[in-house]
Amino acid sequence: MKNILVVTSGIVAMILSSATFAGPREDLLTQYAAAAKVTSFSAARGQALHTQSSSGGKPDTPSCTTCHGKDTRSAGRALTGKTIEPVAVSVTPTRYTDPAKVEKWFKRNCTEVLGRECTPQEKGDWLTFVIGQ
Amino acid sequence: MRIPYRPLAIGVVTLAFSALVLARAQAGDRHFFAPVADLIVKEECGSCHLAFAPSMLPARSWQRMMGELDKHFGDNASLDPATAEKITSYLVANAGDAGGQRYSSKLLKGVTPGAAPQRITELPKWVSEHRKVPDWEWRHKEVRTKANCVACHTAAEQGYYEE
Repeated sequence: MKNILVVTSGIVAMILSSATFAGPREDLLTQYAAAAKVTSFSAARGQALHTQSSSGGKPDTPSCTTCHGKDTRSAGRALTGKTIEPVAVSVTPTRYTDPAKVEKWFKRNCTEVLGRECTPQEKGDWLTFVIGQ
Repeated sequence: MRIPYRPLAIGVVTLAFSALVLARAQAGDRHFFAPVADLIVKEECGSCHLAFAPSMLPARSWQRMMGELDKHFGDNASLDPATAEKITSYLVANAGDAGGQRYSSKLLKGVTPGAAPQRITELPKWVSEHRKVPDWEWRHKEVRTKANCVACHTAAEQGYYEE
């Protein structure tokens, strides 16, 4: 009897840990996927977007890494001198859980760096990248 | 039982020092500017830079600034109208020339009546208070900009701007 209990609870634990609970970040990804008409995003493309230099935006912010820093797990620094929490979810687990805040900063930062807003595809790729960091 | 004298001593000294500093600051220091207490204002005005104390500028400055957020010192810092309105009310109600703001009136000394200065760092009183800071210090990589108060005033976020 005891054995059965152990086995059962083991199975339950496995199911629980493997199931992906849809949180605000996953909801955002779902929305971006629907808007971009894609089924998956690429962390590699997200990383490329994060590190690339663009001449479309403001000259003092050519790249995301200008302020966020090259290491996603380290704090960044705004041009004002203010510290920015690391973008990596593993280091700052509270990040990207408020959809309005995520949208607000995509709008501001994409406009600053690229000179235009990011597409749903780019947002999804970037979010996938930092969730995995 | 061994008593950890050293950590204890360090603790006592730290406490005594903090108490001293705090007592001095609370005794009506003219270098105190009440920090932003409103959570929305703190979040929206404090994510790129220090959420500057509303008492550092007159109400008309805040009104003008909040009306030009799309050109906010070179950045587009636009907000949704409802949030912007909430923030404006808070800043105006706590502005340097709002009733009973004793401390900040000093910082506003010399501001032309009716003028709406936008940069705290261009207020005549601010300039004279910082006249002894050498150029290289402003350019230091930990400072970068005159708007980075906390680089030197380590307790700026709590409202204290002593030397």
